[in-house]
Amino acid sequence: MFDLQSFLNELWIARWAVLFGLGTTVAISALAIVFGSIVGTLVGLALTYGGRFLRLAVRAYTDFVRGTPVLVLVLASYYVMSTVGINLTPFQAGVLALAVFCSSHVGEIVRGALQAIPKGQMEAAKAIGLTFRQTFLWVLLPQALRQILPTWVNTAAEMVKASTLLSVIGVSELLLRTQEIISRNFLSLEFYFFAGALYFVINFGIELFGKYVERKTAVAGQG
Amino acid sequence: MGYTLNFDAVWRSLELLLQGLALSLALAVVAILIGAVLGLALAFALKSKAWWLNRPALVYVTIVRNLPILVLVLFSYFALPQMGIALGKIESFVATLAVYATAYLAEVFRAGLQTIPRGLTEAGLAIGLTRGQIRRSIIIPLMLRNTLPSLSSTLISLFKDTSLAAAISVPELTFEARKINVETFRVIETWIVASLLYVATCSVIAALLRALERRLAIPR
Amino acid sequence: MSSLLEIQGLHKRFGTTEVLKGVDCAVRQSEVVAIIGSSGSGKTTLLRCINMLEDFQAGRIVLDGEEIGYETRDGVRRRKSEKEIARQRALTGMAFQQFNLFPHLTAAENVMLGLVKLKRMSRDEARTLAMRWLDRVGLAERADHFPGQLSGGQQQRVAIARAIAMQPKLMLFDEVTSALDPELVGEVLQVIKGLAADGMTMMLVTHEMRFAHEVAGRVIFMNGGVIGEEGNPKKMFLAPQTERLAEFLKSSSFN
Repeated sequence: MFDLQSFLNELWIARWAVLFGLGTTVAISALAIVFGSIVGTLVGLALTYGGRFLRLAVRAYTDFVRGTPVLVLVLASYYVMSTVGINLTPFQAGVLALAVFCSSHVGEIVRGALQAIPKGQMEAAKAIGLTFRQTFLWVLLPQALRQILPTWVNTAAEMVKASTLLSVIGVSELLLRTQEIISRNFLSLEFYFFAGALYFVINFGIELFGKYVERKTAVAGQG
Repeated sequence: MGYTLNFDAVWRSLELLLQGLALSLALAVVAILIGAVLGLALAFALKSKAWWLNRPALVYVTIVRNLPILVLVLFSYFALPQMGIALGKIESFVATLAVYATAYLAEVFRAGLQTIPRGLTEAGLAIGLTRGQIRRSIIIPLMLRNTLPSLSSTLISLFKDTSLAAAISVPELTFEARKINVETFRVIETWIVASLLYVATCSVIAALLRALERRLAIPR
Repeated sequence: MSSLLEIQGLHKRFGTTEVLKGVDCAVRQSEVVAIIGSSGSGKTTLLRCINMLEDFQAGRIVLDGEEIGYETRDGVRRRKSEKEIARQRALTGMAFQQFNLFPHLTAAENVMLGLVKLKRMSRDEARTLAMRWLDRVGLAERADHFPGQLSGGQQQRVAIARAIAMQPKLMLFDEVTSALDPELVGEVLQVIKGLAADGMTMMLVTHEMRFAHEVAGRVIFMNGGVIGEEGNPKKMFLAPQTERLAEFLKSSSFN
């Protein structure tokens, strides 16, 4: 059933394809996380401190993104962008979709963390004469980060998982490379298993890292 | 830009989209029902003191949660036949989503079980109920109430995951949308309508579960 | 007349800590026994062993001629089946410090649950009986309230009704007033006193020395996992025989 000998042979033949696929997967995930986190932080700030209209608009954005399957975001980004005259490669369109997805997640995480900080903190900071900017940077942000970081690391694992969806629009990441390899050698069981194992190792690594971060960021005497 | 919105073509295909949505919902409901039963069993296994129960359960949950669902979908449909397990597209996808749902719901239920005070089990034992009776009459009803909010978000995310069935050509909403997109070239309109259908359905699921939560809330 | 409950050489360990180090005692029909002692003396554990909420490593507990929890066959001591233990648990009733009412069931439904599931009564029969017991603890008009809508004292009275509705041969009370606000203690003690007057056999772990004095026919003073002293409450409280009891009584307020 599981043909180890031919699998190892085929794996050796396909080693570069696998490595490039893995590299592409990592690149997609990393870019999506970086852009998504920058936008997501702004989204979180807007949701917490924004005026009425800004909050409403940003809330509509996050609700819309969170109610839409990532695959639909990916396909829409791929087809729609070229229609409106923005020519993106499948890679760029995919990263854009994942970054949008990531931003709505990070936005919620940031908002949740900022709103969890007791009101008294802001008042105490005002009382000693700090400006909003100073209060945010030196009082609120450090506290929020402790709550944000562990969840944010989990979002990274979500991005790695979501990166597989780019195979549908023809981005040669790990899953599409795997499918191509299988179409040559028909070892579907072996190579899907192998791809699954690679994804598991990456995501489990991220999960363990997340738990480590959680322990490190825990404030002594709290929780 | 030279692109003017024209929804005519999409309206004409609306029935197709709605059929797709119905199939999406059906896939989600069946998978979730299977996943809920298995996930509940798995949650009790996770909480069990017997290592031969809690270890395998933890391994299952950890593996499934760390795999991209698309890999599982393709694996079940393309690789399992190599092991002599050949399922149709729909059966294969429902089974995969159920496998996924089981792992996520097990986590949700496990967290819910942890909120039930031990004293309630003891009170049940003290009047002579067996552990099975206590689970059915006390623990599960309370746990389901406690977990409704996270159950709601899990259900919504599983519903969204049905879009992956498009990857193995199951004619659900995403598949139909892509088809209409390619056939009519009304790209923007198609995806706006498809996303709105998803967003609206998610909102309805969330609203229904919130209503259920209010209905089941224990007066105090 | 022989005893309703007989405990011989009861030993209980949590891991390596021995909590009960050989307890022997007997309770007669209709007797009210108060168990006192400082925390960690093993008094609550003793009560929980009688109801098999705790396993124990050695000794015998015999209730009305039935050995509780364990049986010895061919010289091997083994735990009885879960089902058999569940049946035996119903022979005793228990009220807890934290009430432990089922929060999703009304007061009446809390009382009915055991009647429907174990005594196989119809819901109507069970409801009628539940109402009788709720009336007995003075809460008939609160029958359809949920625990969250009741005061602590009322919750504890429902919990007592839930236990006695199963018509146990022996009632166990585990510090039932410790979690209550002082002004709610009285109503619960009143219910217990009424049960005592009706001839219910009871063991109660309590901090209320005045109540123990008033209602108990006998007091057991637990000390370091064994019975330190036992006897008539008047004699014991006025003239403790051991220094440990004298110290304990001095440290616990009599009011």
